[in-house]
This record gives sequence, structure tokens and C-alpha cells, in this order.
Amino acid sequence: MSIDTDTARRVAKLARIRVEEEALPALASEFNTILGFIEQLNEVDVDGVEPMTSVTPMHLKRRDDVVTDGSQPEKVLANAPDAREGFFAVPKVVE
Amino acid sequence: MTELTRLTIAGARDALRRGDITSVELTDALNAAVDGGDRLNAYAHKTPDVAAKQAKAADERLKSGEAPDLCGIPLGIKDLFCTEGVASQAASRILDGFKPQYESTVTSQLFRDGAVMLGKLNMDEFAMGSSNETSTYGAAVNPWRDETGADLTPGGSSGGSASAVAADLCLGATGTDTGGSIRQPAAFTGITGIKPTYGRCSRWGIIAFASSLDQAGPMTRDVRDAAIMLRAMSGHDPKDSTSADLPVPDFEAMLTGDIRGKVIGIPREYRMEGMPAEIEQLWTDGIAMLKDAGAEIRDISLPHTKYALPAYYVIAPAEASSNLARYDGVRFGHRAKLGQGDGITEMYEKTRAEGFGHEVQRRVMVGTYVLSAGFYDAYYNRARKVRALIKRDFDQVFAEGVDAILTPATPSSAFALGAMKDADPVQMYLNDVFTVTVNLAGLPGISVPAGLDAKGLPLGLQLIGRPWEEGDLLNTAYALEQAAGFVSKPEKWW
Repeated sequence: MSIDTDTARRVAKLARIRVEEEALPALASEFNTILGFIEQLNEVDVDGVEPMTSVTPMHLKRRDDVVTDGSQPEKVLANAPDAREGFFAVPKVVE
Repeated sequence: MTELTRLTIAGARDALRRGDITSVELTDALNAAVDGGDRLNAYAHKTPDVAAKQAKAADERLKSGEAPDLCGIPLGIKDLFCTEGVASQAASRILDGFKPQYESTVTSQLFRDGAVMLGKLNMDEFAMGSSNETSTYGAAVNPWRDETGADLTPGGSSGGSASAVAADLCLGATGTDTGGSIRQPAAFTGITGIKPTYGRCSRWGIIAFASSLDQAGPMTRDVRDAAIMLRAMSGHDPKDSTSADLPVPDFEAMLTGDIRGKVIGIPREYRMEGMPAEIEQLWTDGIAMLKDAGAEIRDISLPHTKYALPAYYVIAPAEASSNLARYDGVRFGHRAKLGQGDGITEMYEKTRAEGFGHEVQRRVMVGTYVLSAGFYDAYYNRARKVRALIKRDFDQVFAEGVDAILTPATPSSAFALGAMKDADPVQMYLNDVFTVTVNLAGLPGISVPAGLDAKGLPLGLQLIGRPWEEGDLLNTAYALEQAAGFVSKPEKWW
């Protein structure tokens, strides 16, 4: 598997990270190095093996379905780069 | 009286309880050492005012005679832990200015027991790195030097923690370990570091990297201190659904040093091609020490070892790409300046390009790729199957009666900062070759300093234990520590 600049551009877009056009070839080359390393996994016989979901066998605990938290908008917004009138503010998202 | 800054946690605890010293005196001495240690860049955010307040409260509590082990003990906290009202930014620019409104479970337990926080410790950005060089604060520096006098890496990602403990800038520190981030820096700086069983310490309030692998643990001067600190950090937390609802034993009380009859496995797959002779020798010496202490040495096989690193470099980036999606410039930290006509997508893309460093961007994108449509099965699911096989390897040897496994901790001693600048990323990843299997299998692992190489730099041995048997593992480490008799300290040059 080889990653070209088009794939690198698409991955950057999916990851929502701006990568300048001139940086894409180098990025694609780094991806190829890492993926080349990962390709070793194809040597392993994984027939009949279930993909691991939890490293320790455990049942997820359940708790009562009650409100345990909330009513602290000031704390929630305290670190926002832009907060107005009790809300997070972002650039316009609808025309 | 030993110099205050050089006390172990156990030594300081006993002196505090006897009333020989006060926490305020101890904390003042450590604060001064921290200020004198700026050259090591171990602390990213100092908190002398928090420390002074906590020390005063600890002294009151000590007077009452009801003081837990950590009462009045000055510690450093890795920048990955959220600490209420104190900068916590995972050494990333994207969390510039972030001050959590809440306290991580682990730090809240340390403070419950009366520990004193000296400050937040440097690390690799989002714990992604093995040399501390990906930090937005610049690299932390190893207090150890070789004859070249060059600045060496303290390892990573918990490099600031390792540097601070080794240089006597705190009595102990918290670390976190996703692929070796406690054990590798501990080995590089001649200190002890344990990653407990996955689920032993709550992950709540620890900034997430790869949630199925991340575990917190202590980094300390010796095994006893690790036992003391681990006990305080451990325990069930309803806020982390993967934290184990199991009793936490008194690990310190289990340190008898008696390992007669214990079976120690020596995995043949860890004898890597091109392994330096010194590492090989250290390992051989370690085997002899445990044998002399009465353990039975057994050759074992962990056949899927070779595939641990490639599996890790699928699973960890995949989980990271998901965990780091939250850094979008909306709720906390950095937001890029926007141009005329920029919409929300441009805000995300520019914020993340400016806020994440190169290694983090690379891993987020690799993770995005392996999870993307058409590749999910080929990469991510295959890696999870290989992970199941790696765990099965360990399950089998433990079922056959092995109590612990002895391996080298790292493939080399500390290297110079900048030495890996032109290496491809996979070269840096190889640092974790001996440690990463333990995270994939969710097991406890400890690095114990065991000797110096020809350059005069510390080397560590790793012991891997059965799940939930940290007490037994610490006791084996204690026996190894006593046999190795490692007492060297770096000469102060900073």
C-alpha cells in the first residue's frame, strides 16, 4: 500500500488539520514509512481470533438513571476562547 | 540529617511523623531546589503557593497523629493530569491557558492523603514521544551526563517527572504510561517507575491519549516509595468505567524481599538482533541476581512479541485521533485567528494545525487513515486481533506457573537531545520495543535501575507481573533492587 499526495490531502481533511500543499509530499512519505512498518501485521495468522475489545475481562457497571451533575454553565464555559451569554460562540455555520 | 531534598518518601514520612522535620521545611527546601533546577526544564508550571498552603495544612494534620503516608510529602505532577485552577496542558500549544475546573481522581486522592504539589512536570506533547522533544515547553533535560557533556534526553513521555525525581526536585512524581512512558524515562534516569495493571488507577481527569492503553503510575527513588505512592493513586472510581472495583492492598507491607520459589520467565523473543552487549550483560546479571535470591529461572516464549510495536502504532494513533477530536478551538485552549470569510471548518483546520505539534499531527492523521472507510478491517481490526494474541501469549505463560517476567527496560541508555532529529519516526518508536507489550496486554510492569553502562549512564531492568498482582511484582522488584544495589546519583552540574 502506498500513499500518494491525494490520499495525504484527503486524510488531512478528514482529520481537520490544515496541511499546506507543498507539505503534502513529505507527509505522504512519512505515512508510507509508518504504514510500511505496520504491514508486518499481515504476516500474523489471525484466523478465528476475535478483535480485543477489553484488555481485562469486566462487566460495565450500571448506575441508577438519575441526574448526577449539571447546572454549572460558568465552569463549563470558563475555558472557552469565545463565550457569550452562556453559550460557546463559533463562526456562522448556516447561511 | 540527610539533605532534605534527597530523602525518600518513606524516609521523609518517618521524619515527619517523628517531628524531626516539618512539611513546611521540606517543601521550602524542595521549592528552592525546583528554582535552582530551571536548566533541566523539568517543571513547566511551578506552584509554590499551592505547595506552601498544602504543607501548612499537612503539618496541622501530622500534629493530630492521623496522617496518611503521603501527608506533607512534596510531589511533582505530570502536566497530563488535570489539576483544578492550575495550568494543565499536556505540553501542547492547543491547551494554552487551559485551567481545569476540576481535579483528576488520581491527584485528588494524593491530596486527600495530604501530598504537596510542587508544580506540573514537562512531558512529550499529549504523551506522544520517547524523548520529551515533542513538548511545547522544549525538552526536559536528563540530570545524568556522559563524558561529552551534551544534554541527554530523560526519555519520554514522562521525561519531566523522571528528570525531577532523579535531580531531587521532588520526592516522587506521577507519570502515565501508554507504551512505556513511565518505564523508559525511569530507566534513562536511574529511578523506579511502575505502570500498574490497566484499570488499577482511574483515568478520570487525565488528558486522554489512547484510552485502552493509558495508565497512571508513580515514579520514585526506590521500590518502597513506588509501593507507597501506588497505593494512594489506586482504587475504584465510578467516573472511570474501566477502573477496577478491587481492594487495594498495602503494597509496602508486601515488601519482604523473599522471592524463594518464585518462577521468573525469561522470554527468548526479547533477545533482539543488534542488542548492545551491555544490555545483554545487564539482563544476564539480573537473571543471576534473582536466581541467587532463590527464584527459579525458566526460559519462556512469547511468540507474538515482534508484532507488538506495529499493532501499537495502529491502535494508539486510532484511539488518539478519536480522543483528540475534542480540540476544536471551541471549548478550551487555543483558537486560530480567522481570516475574512473563514467558516467553522477553517476554524477547526487552522486551530489544529497551529495547536498540534508535528508528531501529534502525524499520529492523528495515521489514526484517521487506519480508521477510514475501506481500511478499518485491514488495519484496525487486524491490530486488535494481534493484540488479543499478544495477551494470549502472556496468559499462557502465567497459566504455566510463571510469576514474573524479566526483560531489559530499554534497548539503550539515554541518548543526546537532537540525536534522533533526522531519523524516521519508526526509529524513535523502537525505544518502546520492550515495554509496549505490557500495555497491549494490560499487565503491570516496573522498571528498576540495575547498573551503569560504560558511559556512566543508568540502565534499567523491567519486571512484568500478573494482572492485579502489583504487590507480588513490587516484592520481586524489591529483591532485585537489593541485589543490584544501585545507589548512583547524577553529579549536580545544573
